[in-house]
Amino acid sequence: MTTSAQKKPALTVNGLVKTFDVSAPWLNRVIERKPRQFVQAVNDIDFTVPAGGCLSIVGESGCGKSTVARLVTGLHRASAGEIRFAPGRAGAPLSAQMIFQDPYASLNPRWRVKNIIAEPLRELKLRDTSAEVIERVEELLLTVGLSASDGEKFPHEFSGGQRQRISIARALASEPEFLVCDEPTSALDVSVQAQVLNLMRRLQDELGLTYLFISHDMSVVRHMSDRIAVMYLGRIVEEGDTEELFARPRHPYTQLLLQTIPNITAPRRDRELATGEVPSPLKPPSGCTFHPRCPIATARCSAEVPAVRALANGTRVACHLAVDEPAGA
Amino acid sequence: MGEAEKAVIDVRNLKVEFPGRRGTVTPLSDISLSIRAGEILGVVGESGAGKSMTGLAIQGLLERPGRISGGEIWLGDRRIDTLDDRAMEQIRGREIGAIFQDPLTSLNPLFTVGSQLTETIRLHLSMGKVEARARAVQLLRDVGIPAPEERIDHYPHQFSGGMRQRVVIALALSASPKLIIADEPTTALDVSIQAQIISLLRRLCKEKQTAVMLVTHDMGVIAEAADRVAVMYAGRLIEIGPVEQVLHAPRHPYTQGLMASIPSLGARVVKLNQIDGSMPRLDAIPAGCAFNPRCVYAGSRCLRDRPELIPVGDGASACWLNAGGTA
Ligand SMILES: Nc1ncnc2c1ncn2[C@@H]1O[C@H](COP(=O)(O)OP(=O)(O)OP(=O)(O)O)[C@@H](O)[C@H]1O
Ligand SMILES: Nc1ncnc2c1ncn2[C@@H]1O[C@H](COP(=O)(O)OP(=O)(O)O)[C@@H](O)[C@H]1O
Ligand code: SF4
Ligand code: SF4
Ligand SMILES: [Mg+2]
Ligand SMILES: [Mg+2]
Repeated sequence: MTTSAQKKPALTVNGLVKTFDVSAPWLNRVIERKPRQFVQAVNDIDFTVPAGGCLSIVGESGCGKSTVARLVTGLHRASAGEIRFAPGRAGAPLSAQMIFQDPYASLNPRWRVKNIIAEPLRELKLRDTSAEVIERVEELLLTVGLSASDGEKFPHEFSGGQRQRISIARALASEPEFLVCDEPTSALDVSVQAQVLNLMRRLQDELGLTYLFISHDMSVVRHMSDRIAVMYLGRIVEEGDTEELFARPRHPYTQLLLQTIPNITAPRRDRELATGEVPSPLKPPSGCTFHPRCPIATARCSAEVPAVRALANGTRVACHLAVDEPAGA
Repeated sequence: MGEAEKAVIDVRNLKVEFPGRRGTVTPLSDISLSIRAGEILGVVGESGAGKSMTGLAIQGLLERPGRISGGEIWLGDRRIDTLDDRAMEQIRGREIGAIFQDPLTSLNPLFTVGSQLTETIRLHLSMGKVEARARAVQLLRDVGIPAPEERIDHYPHQFSGGMRQRVVIALALSASPKLIIADEPTTALDVSIQAQIISLLRRLCKEKQTAVMLVTHDMGVIAEAADRVAVMYAGRLIEIGPVEQVLHAPRHPYTQGLMASIPSLGARVVKLNQIDGSMPRLDAIPAGCAFNPRCVYAGSRCLRDRPELIPVGDGASACWLNAGGTA
C-alpha cells in the first residue's frame, strides 16, 4: 500500500487557491453599506495523484471538493497555484475528463445516446469517417456493459445506473488517461452503485486509468482509493494511505468523520452525538478552522493556523496536536 | 393476533393504482405492515420500489389519478383509507406528522420559525398564543436547538441545514402525532449532521412513544435507527423482520444481494458483489416472482407463481426458497 506514494505522480497540485466573489450587486452594497464578500473555496492545497492509482477527496458539503474537481479539469480558473499533469502515453500532458454526480442532468435529453457518445469523437476529430465513429461508439457501449442497440435510445429510457454508464462511455470517448469523478454514485442506489464502482475498477485495470475521486461516502472511498485527502473548509487537513487513515486517523476531524459514519456491522444505537455544525465559509473561524468543533482544542488553536506536517508513515496532517504515534490508538 | 391491537398504524393488503392512457399501472400491490407505539419501522428498497408511495397512501396524499384500489389502512381503531379529503386533512399534522428530505420544502421562508410552529400548534390543539409559544420553545429545546427562546424568532434561512431539519422535526411533533412518516429525512444532510438527526429521531420516538415509518435507502441509517425493517421491490414487500435478522441474516435473495453490494468499512474486497440487471419498470413486471430475471436461485416455479410473504425466523420473506423445498 505504501508504494502508491512513491509511484510516479500523474498529477501534481501545489498551493492551489480558488476565491469566489460572492458580493451582493454593487448598488445593493452601496445602499446597505455592505463590504465585498469572498469565499475561499480552496485554500492553499497540495496533493499528488499516483499514475494508475486513485486519490479520493472526502469532506462535508461545501468544503471545496467539487471546486477542486472543476479546477483540475479546467472548468474553473485557479486564483493561485499550480496544476501539473505528467506526460501521458503519447508524450503530451495527460488530459482529464470529468464524470458528474447527476447522471440525469449531465446528458442532453434530446440526443440519442449514440450521438451523446460520438460528440467528443467528432468535436476532437478522433475518427475520420462516420463508419469509424459508429464503430467506436459501439465499442464504448460494450466497454461500459451496455449493448450496441442502446445507442439508438434516448437518455430517459435508461435507469440511473445505466445513465451513469453512458456518462462514463462519453468521458472515455476522448481516450483520457485521467478521470475526475465528482460523486459519481451519490445519486444511485447501493445495488446500482456496486455495478458502477465495479465497472470503474475494471476500466482502471484494463485501460490504466488514473482517478481523482470525490465523495462524501467513506465506505465508497475506502473501496476505491489508494490515498485519501480529507478536506475541511477549503483546506486539506489530513492526507495519507487509505488503510493507514482508516486504522489510525490523526486529525480530530478525520476521527469525527469516521466516528459518525452510520455503521451496519457495529451500529451505534441510543447514543446521541454532539458533532457541532459546519461553520459558514463566509466567516471561517480563526486559527485552525476546526477549533469550534474540536474536542481537544487549546488556546493556540484559535490563534494560529496549523501548518501541514509530514509524519513518519507518509501521512500529512494539519493539526497542532497531532503526534506521530497517538497514545492508546 | 395481539400485535394488530397494539399497532398504531396497520396497513392490510394495500393496493394502489394509477389509471393512464396506456393502461393502468399498479405501483403498490398487497402491502401489509404495522407499526407499534415507540417503534421505528425502516423501509428500504431501490428508487421506484414504492417506498414514498406507501407513505403518501397512508397520509391520503396520492397524486391524482392515483387511488387506493384495494386493502385497508387503520390508524388505531379508525379506518382511514375511506375518509374524505376534509377528514384526512384533520388527521395530517394532528395524528400523522411528516418529515421530508428537504427541510426547505416544509418551511415557509417568509415566516419566522416561531410563527410557523405556533400556527401549527394552534391549528391542531386548542391553545392560546402564549401557551402555544411556550410549547414551541419547548419543542425547539426537545430537538436540540440551543437558546430556543432567542432562535424562535429567526427565519429558516438563518439556520444551518441540520438545524432546519431539527425545526422540521419540531414541526412534525407539534401536535404530538401518533405516527411520524419520515421520507429520507437525512439524505440531504452531511454524515456528521445525519448521525445527530438519526439519534434525535430515535430518542424522541422512544420518549414520546411515537410510531415512526423511516424511509431511506441508507442501510447504515437503518442499522442505527430501525427496530424492524421492510424491504420493497417493484411495488411489493419482499421481506420484513427485526433489524438484526434483515440486515445480518436476510432470507430473501434480493435482500441478500443488496446487503452484499454495500462497500464495507471493514475488510476491503477487489470486486463488490453485484446484482446484475435492474428493477423492472411497472409496466414490465415479469410473471411469477418479480425478482426472477436477476435471481441466481430462480427455478421453474419462480417463473410461474408469485410468492407471498411466508413467516421465516422472526420475520417473513416472499420467496419460494422459504416455503421449504426448492424454487
Ligand atoms: N404520478 C404517478 N403516476 C404513475 N406512476 C407513478 C406516479 N408517481 C410515482 N409513480 C411510480 O410509482 C412507483 C413508486 O414510486 P415511489 O416514489 O414510491 O418510489 P420510491 O421507492 O420512493 O423511490 P425513491 O427512492 O426514488 O424515492 C415508481 O415506479 C414510480 O415511477
Ligand atoms: N461558482 C461559485 N460561485 C460562488 N461560490 C461558489 C461557487 N462554487 C462553489 N462555491 C462555494 O465554494 C465553497 C466550496 O464549494 P464546493 O466545491 O461545491 O463544495 P463541495 O463539492 O465540497 O460540496 C462553498 O462555500 C460554495 O458555496
Ligand atoms: S489544530 Fe487544534 S483545533 Fe485544530 S484540529 Fe488540531 S487540536 Fe483541534
Ligand atoms: S421466489 Fe425464486 S426468483 Fe424469487 S427470489 Fe425466491 S428463488 Fe429467487
Ligand atoms: Mg460537490
Ligand atoms: Mg421516494
